[in-house]
Amino acid sequence: MGGYIIRRLLYTIPVVLGVLATTFILLRLIPGDPVDLFYLGGQDPSGTVSFVVTPSQQGAYDALRKEFDLDKHIVHQFFIYLWDFIRFDFGKSIRSQRPINEIIGDHWPATIQLTVAGMGIALVIGIGAGVISAIRSHTWIDYASQSFAVLGVSIPSFFLGVILIIIFSVLLGWLPTISNGHGKELILPSITLGTAASAILARLMRSSMLDVLSRDYIRTARAKGLRERAVIWLHALRNALIPVVTVAGLAFGGLLTGTVIIETVFTRQGLGLQLISAITQRDYPVVQGLVMLAALLYAGMNLIVDILYTYIDPRVRLVRASV
Amino acid sequence: MSYRRFLRHKAAVLGLSILIIISLGAIFADVIAIEPEATFYSFDELQTKKWLPPLTDGHLMGTDDIGRDVFSRVVRGARVSLRVGFFAVGIASVAGTLIGLAAGYFGGWVDQVVSRIIDVMLAFPDLLLAIAILAALGPSLVNAMVALGLAGIPGYARVVRGATLAARELVYVQAARAVGMSDTRIMLRHILPNVLSPILIMMTLGLGGAILAASALGFLGLAADPPTPEWGSELNLSRAYLRTAWWVSSFNGLAIAVTVLSVNMVGDGLREALDPQASSWAR
Repeated sequence: MGGYIIRRLLYTIPVVLGVLATTFILLRLIPGDPVDLFYLGGQDPSGTVSFVVTPSQQGAYDALRKEFDLDKHIVHQFFIYLWDFIRFDFGKSIRSQRPINEIIGDHWPATIQLTVAGMGIALVIGIGAGVISAIRSHTWIDYASQSFAVLGVSIPSFFLGVILIIIFSVLLGWLPTISNGHGKELILPSITLGTAASAILARLMRSSMLDVLSRDYIRTARAKGLRERAVIWLHALRNALIPVVTVAGLAFGGLLTGTVIIETVFTRQGLGLQLISAITQRDYPVVQGLVMLAALLYAGMNLIVDILYTYIDPRVRLVRASV
Repeated sequence: MSYRRFLRHKAAVLGLSILIIISLGAIFADVIAIEPEATFYSFDELQTKKWLPPLTDGHLMGTDDIGRDVFSRVVRGARVSLRVGFFAVGIASVAGTLIGLAAGYFGGWVDQVVSRIIDVMLAFPDLLLAIAILAALGPSLVNAMVALGLAGIPGYARVVRGATLAARELVYVQAARAVGMSDTRIMLRHILPNVLSPILIMMTLGLGGAILAASALGFLGLAADPPTPEWGSELNLSRAYLRTAWWVSSFNGLAIAVTVLSVNMVGDGLREALDPQASSWAR
């Protein structure tokens, strides 16, 4: 048991190192470095425009390169980057000179609230629709929920957001079009974010529940005269939830990235909007910091799910321990 | 056999029919569109041409803020989206399959290296890897296509690697090796056909995902530049006048949803037709 968790933790280390290396390499593949691009401004970054630092700029240019360690060898840079990372120092923005930790500190609540609310919606609707679909299989309600499951993964979240804004903000005037806080302002964004994940979960929950309901122990429970409600919600649901937990962990990554889109739709001042503006302004340190953060959160979530799994399903523990 | 199973799946046939219509629309976009690609109106003309609601003056889907026919632009958008989707899936599936084949077949250090790289790439959540690659390449439609393609590689590589590991032990593969057939030939002739159906299913479902992801990148302003009639970016730009002209956003959004929906219905049908065992527990 403890051995499995330790091994799982150790496995996370090379993955995190790999993620660090990937973001580092990716943003150094660009033609020119961040400082060159900063001086290049809004010009064509493909290099067709010849780029000359005027003598009056040379001093500032060199200073900026030195400040971002770009004058050092690339391997040296990577170790500086690693060391900064260990101290949770993500560097600072080339544009605004603000520390990235400060940017994250200012904007993370909006993103995390949205992700958590979206996850809540996804779980409630997904599990609810899936269970109802399974116990009423091949009735109109099952077909309705299955159609919802196919539609939910096909409709782009930004289009869904726009439809909800048209209905609830423009026509009915019930909810605001711009969302920055929580409570009422979080309703439309979290529904928009959670729909696709709820569709995936509903589909999985249905098949998993149908599978469990055909097992012998359920027949036993029914045979001994247990009420149907108790059979479903107490006996069947627990086992049927096992595969859903893994996928919910994977869905977390989708939701986290999805906030980028939802924050754009609802002009919500979260990390997603910061990422998009950093990309369009070619503010690479910020892009690197935010991408890293998301990948780390995702890795952490998967770690938690895998550990949770051993508690929910003791068989996993046994099988994996023997490998 | 399997194509009969596919034809019995009503939703899949419906999806395929819609997809064929959309593809024909994309191919013959210039014939169907009632307006040339780059149309501009003078200020005076605009007063009577802009924001016409659907079904006025022969504009099936109305006109936008600078008087352009929305239907013509939506039809041209199909060409953009399908092209991006097919290229992205093409890059991902071809590269992913070759990498997965090599890793599964050769095993050893090749497999170790490939598997670790796949692990790291899959450690990025969903669309984020594509966004990160796009950030490095710089936002443009071609780069969006490349980024989505590269980000899709690990998924294929993993599935193909697994299937190859299983196929490598098949008796006739062992026999082929025993008679001294070259590795490349064994991989392409004997192993590839075995892993083709999971690849095909992944490609179809991946096409829907790629079209959706590309439109999301367009919506975020990271893919197409304004004059390009890309559905996602059109939807984004037309949000500014949502209260005046709801139809511009709506028809572009609807185009994405219908296309992705039909691709997904085809994908589901294919999965059931090619992999009946998987579908018996999947539903």
